[in-house]
Amino acid sequence: MRLLLTTLRWAWRFALAAVVLLFSRRGERKVVRELPASPRAEGAVAALLFGAGLAGFAFVLVYAFDGADTQLLGVAIALALGLIGAALILAAGRVLPQEQAEEERPRFAVPAEGEERRRDEEVERAGLAVREGLDGVTRRRLLGSAGAAAGLGLGAAALTPLASLGPHVGKLLEESPWREGTALVEENGLPVRAGELEVGSFLTAFAAGADKRDLAAAVVVVRVEESALELPPERRDWAPQGLLAFSKICTHAQCAVSLFRYPLYPERSPGPALVCPCHYSTFDVLSGGNRVFGPAVRPLPQLPLRIEAGRLVAAGELSGPVGASWGGVREGS
Amino acid sequence: MIRRGVRFLDQRAGAGSALGKALRYVFPDHWTFLFGEIALYSFLILVATGIYLTLFFEPSSSQIVYHGSYAPLQGQEMSKAYASALNLSFEVRAGLLIRQVHHWTALVFLAAIVLHLMRIFFTGAYRKPRDLNYYVGLTMLVLAVVEGYAGYSLLDDLLSGMGLAIGNAVALSVPGIGGQLGTLIWGGRFPGTGAFFSRLYIAHVLIFPVLIGSLMALHLALIAIPKHTQFRGRGRSEANVIGTPLWPGYALRSLGLFFCTAAVLFTLGGLAQINPIWQWGPYAPYLGTNGAQPDWYLGWLIGALRLVPHFDVVISGYTLIPGPFWGGVLFPAVVFGFLYAWPAIERRLEGDRVQHNLLDRPRDNPRRTAIGAALFAWVTTIFFAGAADRAFVQLGVPYEGQLWGYRAASILVPIAAYFLARRVCERLREGEEHPGRGSDARTVARNREGGFEELGPAGAPGVADADPG
Repeated sequence: MRLLLTTLRWAWRFALAAVVLLFSRRGERKVVRELPASPRAEGAVAALLFGAGLAGFAFVLVYAFDGADTQLLGVAIALALGLIGAALILAAGRVLPQEQAEEERPRFAVPAEGEERRRDEEVERAGLAVREGLDGVTRRRLLGSAGAAAGLGLGAAALTPLASLGPHVGKLLEESPWREGTALVEENGLPVRAGELEVGSFLTAFAAGADKRDLAAAVVVVRVEESALELPPERRDWAPQGLLAFSKICTHAQCAVSLFRYPLYPERSPGPALVCPCHYSTFDVLSGGNRVFGPAVRPLPQLPLRIEAGRLVAAGELSGPVGASWGGVREGS
Repeated sequence: MIRRGVRFLDQRAGAGSALGKALRYVFPDHWTFLFGEIALYSFLILVATGIYLTLFFEPSSSQIVYHGSYAPLQGQEMSKAYASALNLSFEVRAGLLIRQVHHWTALVFLAAIVLHLMRIFFTGAYRKPRDLNYYVGLTMLVLAVVEGYAGYSLLDDLLSGMGLAIGNAVALSVPGIGGQLGTLIWGGRFPGTGAFFSRLYIAHVLIFPVLIGSLMALHLALIAIPKHTQFRGRGRSEANVIGTPLWPGYALRSLGLFFCTAAVLFTLGGLAQINPIWQWGPYAPYLGTNGAQPDWYLGWLIGALRLVPHFDVVISGYTLIPGPFWGGVLFPAVVFGFLYAWPAIERRLEGDRVQHNLLDRPRDNPRRTAIGAALFAWVTTIFFAGAADRAFVQLGVPYEGQLWGYRAASILVPIAAYFLARRVCERLREGEEHPGRGSDARTVARNREGGFEELGPAGAPGVADADPG
């Protein structure tokens, strides 16, 4: 740690010195050419370059003997580079001729009175050359349109293969492995048992038999007090024993809704909610996944549940499309 | 020896006189001119370190079980991409160094471009004849942002995956074609098919670098043709350029800058840990973590996604414009659209048709400076809003309050910045004082009693500093 700090401190000093050296020569020079040639400066440049060579070999040594010590490797190569940089800057400022030169700009870049007309004439001549090249053409319009048609056709033909990059959207973005009777399984493939979940707890589950990486396969199962539920009438029997399941993918930007906020004192805190860590879209659990805060708009799709022999099973399909909204998404569908 | 070399080139490419001219090309001196050079050198270091990384990285999303040397992840399922990035970090000698240097350099590359853009904007360097080159530069900035995003998304760790999920949602949110666009790029629904990683990889290592490199060559040519701009000063006019010639002075100094930039970046890569992917773990769509942050140059977009109100444009149940469009597409389009349009807008406003080779100081054009200050202050405020979750997770600042604070700030700060910058410019112009130095000159007048008194900047009698005699 101490070694690291010392190295850092030296690196900082070195960087500072380099910056100072770099900018200390920026003052305007009245002398057009001056030879500072000092043997001392030359000696210093040579010393820096030798140092850089040594640091380079040090890198090779560290690489060969010390395995992969990233810190030492980094310091060695940085030292080699930095010493070369310092040598070059020192040479530029203290050894080589110091020159201040003047150059004229090309004429097009300079706003002069007479110049403007000459440039105009040149532009005119270039335009004329283009037009003269087409002198034999009599039916300009027709050929122009035909050329445009050829270009458009070829362009369309060239772009069409792009479409084979992606499949037809169709129903693809709405697909879901959840059907009436699909069992809920844990990450290790074992069935989710209703008795395992205590009130206030949270579990990620998947549709049995589905690919876990499928966007629609993952749901979060939470358990709340059954008496506290405020589900709309048509969802009244979707949450047996206070167990609810929602799609785990946020309807705003598709991050995993991986935070569960459960109140310690229900009288004084907002109700249980699922929160997405990306932009903090917050979905109310008791009312069936409605958004209460954050940039999401659509509610989190809910999965109706029922209990079969102590195991959780889907009692129907998800209440809406999984993932971010797009043009084909129908609100509330 | 040298003459032989030059003659060789001259007899085969007629390059003698061009070489002679190039060696005498004059660079005016100003420290702000170095940002662009740092960006150029960072790009070279990115290419060099990137090539090394491609020799070990495997861009594949097919799932395997990890058996590498990092014990905490052994036995976990992960993509080949992530596993090869871990392998590159732990098994390959100097691999971690190069990977960290590559990441640090990307951050510095973008920072240097943004600082360079600010220099160009506030000094009016984008005016004719350099407006063309300004458009080239802006395009490189857009490409560099996408390139950086593609780069850190490739590793397929948890952070990359969350970033890609958001990117996919933003693609889906484009009105009309969003669904097609998203499935086209990802090869299907998020997280996409195996083809997606090949596409992302080829975009990151070939398509975008080649585009940026070609534009960079064009950028340099378009600098050299009308020659560099320069600040006003003795002997300097619109028609000339005064400074240090390329050989030997500037070449050595600039090469020195290259080596110093590389030295700083390798120091950072060696000593300062960045993106420790083994701590994030592999990605799967059902995994997420709190307080996740993108690389800095995407902070402004994350901030915009946080700040915009929850609002979809829905017509008879059909989602025309989903919410992520506002922050993820419209906001950057407005910022870059304004930057692209600005040279033409300013020409209109000022009726300015002539060529400019002398730079303005920011105070010389208070309106431009004020507009630029407002724009950058706006983007910066939203950038900080992107880190609101960090302030919540680490400092406990309530998130909801921050959000409303930032919403207000994103309106008030640019307005304040506009008026403040305008005022400062006008004051500076009145007094012609250097902001760092204060004024050097004082006007002193002799009064009737024979004493001296100092006159204020406008010639009014200031504090009497009378001679007792």
